[in-house]
Amino acid sequence: MRGFAFDVAHVLAGSLVLVSFLQLYQDRLYALLNVFAVHALVLSLSVAWQAYIQDASHLYITAGIALVFKAIVIPVSLHRIIVLLGIHREIETVGGVGLTMIAGMGLVALSMVLMLRVTAGADPLTREDLAFALSVVLLGLLMMVTRRNAVSQVIGFMSIENGLVLAATGAKGMPLVVEISVAFSILIAFIVIGIFLFRIRERFDTVDIRALDRFRGEQQ
Amino acid sequence: MNPGSFDAVSAVLIIPAVAAAVLAVLPGYWLSARLNVLAALLTFVASLSLFFERPQLGSYFLIDDLNIVFIVLTTFVAFSTSIFSASYIAHEIEIGRLTPTYLRFYHSMYQVLMLAMNLALVANNIGLMWVAIEVATLTTVLMVGIYRTHEAIEAAWKYFILGSVGIALALFGTILIYLAARPVIGEGPDAMVWSVLIKQAGSFDAPLLNVAFVFLLLGYGTKVGLVPLHAWLPDAHAEGPTPISAVLSGLLLNVALYAVLRFKILLAANSAALAPGPLMVTMGLVSLVFAAFMLYRRRDIKRMFAYSSIEHMGIIAFAFGMGGPLANFAGLLHMTMHSLTKSAIFFAVGHIAQVKGTQKIADMGGLTETNPVLGWGLMLGVMAIAGLPPLGIFTSEFLIVSSTFAREPLLAVPLIIGLLVGLGALFFRMNTIAFGEPRGASARAKASYVPMFAHLAMVFVAGVYLPPQLVTWFQNVAKLLG
Repeated sequence: MRGFAFDVAHVLAGSLVLVSFLQLYQDRLYALLNVFAVHALVLSLSVAWQAYIQDASHLYITAGIALVFKAIVIPVSLHRIIVLLGIHREIETVGGVGLTMIAGMGLVALSMVLMLRVTAGADPLTREDLAFALSVVLLGLLMMVTRRNAVSQVIGFMSIENGLVLAATGAKGMPLVVEISVAFSILIAFIVIGIFLFRIRERFDTVDIRALDRFRGEQQ
Repeated sequence: MNPGSFDAVSAVLIIPAVAAAVLAVLPGYWLSARLNVLAALLTFVASLSLFFERPQLGSYFLIDDLNIVFIVLTTFVAFSTSIFSASYIAHEIEIGRLTPTYLRFYHSMYQVLMLAMNLALVANNIGLMWVAIEVATLTTVLMVGIYRTHEAIEAAWKYFILGSVGIALALFGTILIYLAARPVIGEGPDAMVWSVLIKQAGSFDAPLLNVAFVFLLLGYGTKVGLVPLHAWLPDAHAEGPTPISAVLSGLLLNVALYAVLRFKILLAANSAALAPGPLMVTMGLVSLVFAAFMLYRRRDIKRMFAYSSIEHMGIIAFAFGMGGPLANFAGLLHMTMHSLTKSAIFFAVGHIAQVKGTQKIADMGGLTETNPVLGWGLMLGVMAIAGLPPLGIFTSEFLIVSSTFAREPLLAVPLIIGLLVGLGALFFRMNTIAFGEPRGASARAKASYVPMFAHLAMVFVAGVYLPPQLVTWFQNVAKLLG
């Protein structure tokens, strides 16, 4: 397994983590969307490579879904939503870029230590894939926590899903059920989110979720 | 499942699916509400037949002693809630809170939710179970946001974000379980089939299983509403339609707990893996004590009972975490009693909020004078949920406390403190709601009292006399849970 195939898989999974870092500090919605498209593109390359080296043709479907749906359809539609809502302004991040990046590095280190230790028995490719995948998931979580804007929270959620797809394809021979379900759930999630975005717009004239925070159920 | 044959498992899945499709296109309130009740009744009857005949199932579905309890409870509460829902929704249409389009959507989603919960309960494949719980989450998100008020949208958004994060963590845990199983069982679908996994669990890689369980506990634990992952729960309960609050508290939390229990059994079968008990005990106790203190500060009646649900899910998680025949038995009994009682309370609360036109505790008072049936019904429900004898929850709480005293006396101290604090808070608030000067509107309620009192009667009977068949059944399940 070591050798060229391993190296390429490694590079692709590692790039996914890098692109996750890029997402963390994008402070404009358009830029964030573009970086997310790159994220999905890298994911689809990574999945396609896994399909090739595992000789698992059904994984090409997953790669195709990642490419068409996540790298093209979703960014384009979100782009249109942003234009429609007229919110192509800066994103406020909580805590500042430096702090977020340091937290991100901490999370990556954590997932490396954790996954490499517990999967000592598995083959090296699976181990590193899992470690990278957990990093992507945690970075996505971090992004959802630090962002205030509904659109960027959605992007954070989708990069979590990207990390999960990476983990699922890295686990050799994982049944198709899961890949389809992940893709499917993203589809549903996107519809839900779309409805929400429009509803939020309709009611608040902004997609900044701080507008929502005012309406706590307990206020007297 | 053989294609062509029609058994109870296909019935509990197909009936809601067909009903959802029909209700989605059926206009008019009168017919669709009745059809909703009918579909729920048929599903309940189908689930009862599981007691007598267990269908032969393939690798996707599984029926054993454990999930029959959950399925029958789910379909029963879903049936009685659909009766309550019919009268609740009639009032909502009258005052114009729901439009006909949303009504169709509501009924259809109700059945999709039933389908998703039943699917999660009968699934043998852990991937399929995950998909079902995800669908259940998404449908409830849509239902919580159905009123489209500021609060409802905030609640739905919060629920959606926290729920998706939970569901993502659970999927990661599921993948790790597959990875742990792969070297032993081999690649392919078999390594995700629960009944295959449990036979081989002893030879899985223990550290990987440990990490997987932590992810699964955090992921599905978010859906159970365990502290500190509970933030979505009070908002979702308070802002959605009350029938959905009843279903959320009474059923969906149980379904998520069921998923945790399945993986707990898996971990217990591996002697080298960490004991799942202490994790669940800790989360359960923290939830119980936290929610008990939070109960004092509540000003919204539905939020108050949502916190009470967190408290009780904590008790149940604690009981299953303790393990052993007695604590597991008590946990199962408590779960059943809590589902019945809490949904009965929400039936009462739903009508009360409609009569008073508000959910604020400060604006309702003297209910036992203005609306005696509702007031005393709610009072009875609160007495049951607070664990007063001779009602059913007293029995289960007594069993949990006494088994804890026998094994870990120190853990019994926070448990009892939590129970007493919670009891005090509930009666402190109930005093204003049920007695004193009548406040707020006092129109007569056009309510269906049957579901509420049927539930309360069952809780009362269970507190006085448990049928021996039920006891034997629960004992078998308790053994299965280890």
